[in-house]
Order: sequence, then C-alpha cells, then structure tokens
Amino acid sequence: MAATLAYRKLDWTGIVLAAVLTLVIVLPLVVVGTWAFTNVWRYPSVIPQEFGLRFWNQTLARADVWSSISMSLTLSFTVTALSAAICLPAAYAFARLDFPGRNLLFFSFLAGHAFPKFGLLVAIAGIFLQLNLIGTFWGVVLIQLVGTLLFMIWIPVAAFQAVDRRMEEAARDVGASPFRVFWSITLPQAGPTIAAAILLSFVGTFYETEGAWLIGAPQVRTLPVLMISFINNQPVIQYGAVLSVLLWVPSFIALLFARKVVNSGSFARGFGG
Amino acid sequence: MSVLKIKDVSKIFPNGTTAVDSFSLDVADGELVCLLGPSGSGKSTLLRMVGGFETPTSGLMTIDGEDITNVPPEKRPTGMVFQSHALWTHMNVFKNLAFGLKLRKVAAPEIKRRVEGVLELVGLGGYGTRAVTQLSGGQQQRVALARSLVLEPKILLLDEPFASLDQHLRERLREEVRDIQQRLKITTLFVTHGQDEALSMADRIVVMRDGKTEQIDRPDVVYREPQTPFVAGFIGTMNLIEGVVSNGVFSKAGYSTPLPVSDGPAILAVRPEALDLTASTTGQGKVHRVTDYGTHGLVDLELKDGTRVKAMVSHPDLFQPGQGVSLAPRAIAAYRDGKVIHRTSAVAPAPHPALVDA
Ligand SMILES: Nc1ncnc2c1ncn2[C@@H]1O[C@H](COP(=O)(O)OP(=O)(O)OP(=O)(O)O)[C@@H](O)[C@H]1O
Ligand SMILES: [Mg+2]
Repeated sequence: MAATLAYRKLDWTGIVLAAVLTLVIVLPLVVVGTWAFTNVWRYPSVIPQEFGLRFWNQTLARADVWSSISMSLTLSFTVTALSAAICLPAAYAFARLDFPGRNLLFFSFLAGHAFPKFGLLVAIAGIFLQLNLIGTFWGVVLIQLVGTLLFMIWIPVAAFQAVDRRMEEAARDVGASPFRVFWSITLPQAGPTIAAAILLSFVGTFYETEGAWLIGAPQVRTLPVLMISFINNQPVIQYGAVLSVLLWVPSFIALLFARKVVNSGSFARGFGG
Repeated sequence: MSVLKIKDVSKIFPNGTTAVDSFSLDVADGELVCLLGPSGSGKSTLLRMVGGFETPTSGLMTIDGEDITNVPPEKRPTGMVFQSHALWTHMNVFKNLAFGLKLRKVAAPEIKRRVEGVLELVGLGGYGTRAVTQLSGGQQQRVALARSLVLEPKILLLDEPFASLDQHLRERLREEVRDIQQRLKITTLFVTHGQDEALSMADRIVVMRDGKTEQIDRPDVVYREPQTPFVAGFIGTMNLIEGVVSNGVFSKAGYSTPLPVSDGPAILAVRPEALDLTASTTGQGKVHRVTDYGTHGLVDLELKDGTRVKAMVSHPDLFQPGQGVSLAPRAIAAYRDGKVIHRTSAVAPAPHPALVDA
C-alpha cells in the first residue's frame, strides 16, 4: 500500500487545492495570532519588531472585556440549557409520535434558516421593540434560542429515531414509567449525537454576532460584539487580535469534544450509519 | 402460581387490519402454551396485548382474576422476551438485570444476590461485567431471558426468542428454557412459527390463523387428530386430496377409497408415513421422484390429473420415476366445510415399517 502510494504520480491538483485551502484558513489565523503577541510591528518589516504580552495585559485589564466574557458565557449556557429543555422533548415527540401538522412544523424549523437572516432579524427586532425586549438579556436569549432550533430539533430527531423501540418497550416491561424510559434508555442511547447537537448550539450561540448586536446593543455586549467594535473603532489592531485569540478557546474545546464523540463511532450510529 | 385468562379479545389496527379476532384462551398455572401459526396470523399482536404494548379493541384479560386489560406494561406482572433480545447496549449485563430491581427499590446487596442467582440459572455465572455487545447471539438471548426471570413475573411471554439463532443453538436453548420453566413452574406463553419448537416444548398448542383459533390441544393430539384441514396441512407433512364422495366411496382422478360419509365434496387427509405403495401397471398413480434419506425414502407421485401425493417408504430402491403404483392408506381423515367428518382410528397409527427398520 505504502509502496504503491510512493510510486503513484503526484496529484498536483490535490496538492494545489490543499495548499490554497491551508493558506486561506491558516494564514489569517497565523497573522491574527502574531498580532496578538506583538508589541511593535511597523510597515515594511515582515516580522514584528517587538513581541510581548503588553496588549494582553491592557486588554485583560479592561472591565468591559471581563463583563463581556461573563456575558457571553452566561448567555451561551442559558440559551443552550433552555434550548435543550425545550427541544429535546419536542424532538422526541417528532421522532415517536404522529400528530396533525407534524411535517409542516418540522420543516418550519428549516424555513427559518432558508431565508436571509438579517432581514428576518430586523423584523423580529421591530416586534421586540414593542415588547421592550431590545437591549435586554432575555431579548438576546430569545433571539439566539430561535437560532439553535434547527440543530437542536433536527439532529436529536434523527438520533431518537435510531433508538430501537424494543429497547424502550423492554424498559416499560421491567417497570419503568415513560419518563424513566426516556431518561434511562432513550437519552443515553442517543447520547453522543445529542451531545454533538448541544455543543454545536453552545458554540453557535457563543459566536453569534448579528442577533446579539441588533437586539442587545448597546446594553448587552457579548465577546464577539465587543471584538467587532474594537476592530471598527480602535486604531490599535492588537485589541481585536487579542480578543479573537480568546475566542478560539471555545472552538478548541468544541473540537476536542467532537473528536471524542466522532471517534467513539456512536455519532455515525446515531444517524443510522 | 398464576393463571392467565383471555376472553373474546380482538385487535383492529387503525389502518383497518383485524390482527386478532375474538380470541379466547385460559393458561393454567405453570403451563407452557405455544401460539403457533403462519406469518401474519396475529401471534405477536396477541402476545403484545398480554404484555400491555397494544390495547385490545375489545375483550378482557385477567391474571389471577385481576383485570389487566387497561393496565400499562410497567404495572403488569408480565415479563417479555423479545425476538431481537432488546438488551440495553449502554449497560453491562449486571446493570441490564439490575435495572428492574432498582426501580422496585430493592436493596443493593439483595440485587447482587438475585442477579447472580439468575445468571447462574441461565448458565452465565460470572458474566455480569461483560458488555452486552461482547456476547454471542445465544448468550444475549439468555441474558434477555434472565432479565425477565429476575423480576419473578407471574406470566412469562416469549416472542420467537430463538428465531435469529442457528438450528443447533435453537434446539439447545429450547431445552434449557423448558427446563427452567418447569423448575420455576412459571406460567408461559410462547410464540413461534416453527412447528418442531411447538411440538417439543408445549403443554398445549394454539394453532392460529387470521387472528382466530383453529385448534387448542396437546401437541400429540394436534398432530394425530387435526380438527381442520388447515391444522392438518400446517403441522407435519400431510397429503390433502380434494375429491367427491358418492355412495360411501371417495374418488379423485382415478383414485378411490371407501369413505363412510354422506355424499358431497370432501378433503381426504393422509400422512406420508400412513400411505403404503405397491408397484402396479394399472396403478392409480405414477412415481414422479424418489428421494433417499438413508433411513427411509420419500416418493413423490402424481394422480392422473397431476395432483401430487407424498408417501414414505422403507425401500426407496424399489421405486423408479415413471413407474405405476397403487395407494393403500392405513389411516385417513376427511374434512368438509373446514371440519373433520371422519377419522379411521382415534388411536395412534401403527408405526410404519420405515420407522421401525431405521
Ligand atoms: N402496528 C400495526 N399497524 C397495523 N397493522 C399491524 C400492526 N402490527 C401488526 N399488524 C398486522 O396485524 C397482522 C398480525 O400481525 P402479527 O405481527 O401479530 O403477526 P405474527 O403472527 O406475529 O406474524 P410473524 O410470524 O410474521 O411474526 C398482520 O397482518 C400485520 O400486518
Ligand atoms: Mg410476530
């Protein structure tokens, strides 16, 4: 196998594609990463004149950075928890029950994502304005909750449908109530796939900017919103760079989790693979 | 120590299918009753109604006199073993067995004692820490049985529990289950569409067809005295020859035999082992094929109109395809309008020489 690979003609298209992709994805990351650890970097020089943590100290000394970090975390946890509490039972109902309007409702979650999002947001903002939800924490929670519906319904529905009904019946048979069956059998069986959906909705909420900005500004400021305003309003690039490096942390954690889940093979099983 | 009574139970599914039609059955304490019937005859539906997984459209079910017709499955004193074992793959063997006991708030040391006891009983002592997926098919089915037994159900329900296993394993597990069932004296309803399984395990067999009972009897009676042509054709091999009776003689395409019943159409039933053949040039039938099984032979023959008849013979080498033969049945039954109208002898037919020779 290794031998045939070595003698095979080099696939130049593949190599070029891979190189371009790497450049497009990795280069900006490297540049931003470099900026974050730079004290002085003036124009003609290719590498910075002076590396250092000066802007980390300055950024982390700012009260608005800390409050936006805690705002982002609180918001993401709240939205994810609410979304799980609402969507998982709903997904179970979609997967197991047949009720009138089931398919229409099911596809309506997709429809929300099939149209340009910003226009939809502006319309919602109009409604929120009348309800005095603009600029409030719960206003932002609500708008982000809508954003998570797609992941938190569609993925768990597939996961629940893949759970063997006989297993659930066997649990009823030995004395478990319907709720206990859901908790002890269905949820653990669908577990890895649902964990992935929860992760997606957490990270998605953490990074979301349009809704958070439109509904939350200026009172509610999440980390990504703060970063955008830094980039727009500050002459110093480093502030934005430091924040964006900070924002990588949840991505890395998410990727680590995802790797575990995907490796265990149960993710594919959740989709009937 | 439990009695199951099923009275006039019907199940009509929302799509209009009548799966079970006014079915009645009493299962005595400690008895094992097999539900036997072709695919789609309503066996699983009936069993699932007893387990609480389907609601009867009408009728009544009681266990020890208590009405269970509308009791949800988790409150019923029944234990079900599914064809696909349905073990919970996210729990090990011990946890699978302990789950029901935990729900009943049994103390941990008692759970351990009972789980280990029942694992011993099904021959899987020491397998508690195994993952379910690390077991063979037969072992999984034993764990599924143990999961039901550990809760000491009043009624044990089994829906083709061995269907996915190979022949050899199936026969062994069949004996084990029968042993355990008799030792624990547990009242059992067993679904199968294998007649050998029913004949070898059951105290009584219920032959089902289209959601109705065709016959309920001991296995030997079902085999020797089938009450309907359907049962006659379903259990064992049976030649069913449709013909006409006039003046006490049944005839069909040049073959005739005395049959003391009133004139009219009739179905003549003869087991291959109760049909003697003799070579004859003016024969009523012609040999079509001869199969030699070593211990005996099976002759396929054709009547003049092409009707196929099977006969068991002790010396298959005496018959060649194309040869003329005449038929001499030693035991017959006759049916009309789906009911038995004549039987030569209620006692067992004399053992055929083929079986004695072997
Ligand atoms: N949920 C259902 N909805 C509609 N019809 C059903 C349902 N379950 C079973 N049936 C129908 O009821 C009839 C009896 O089915 P059942 O599963 O009881 O048969 P069975 O005797 O167990 O057959 P098999 O030997 O193939 O398991 C069949 O015609 C089947 O199509
Ligand atoms: Mg069935």
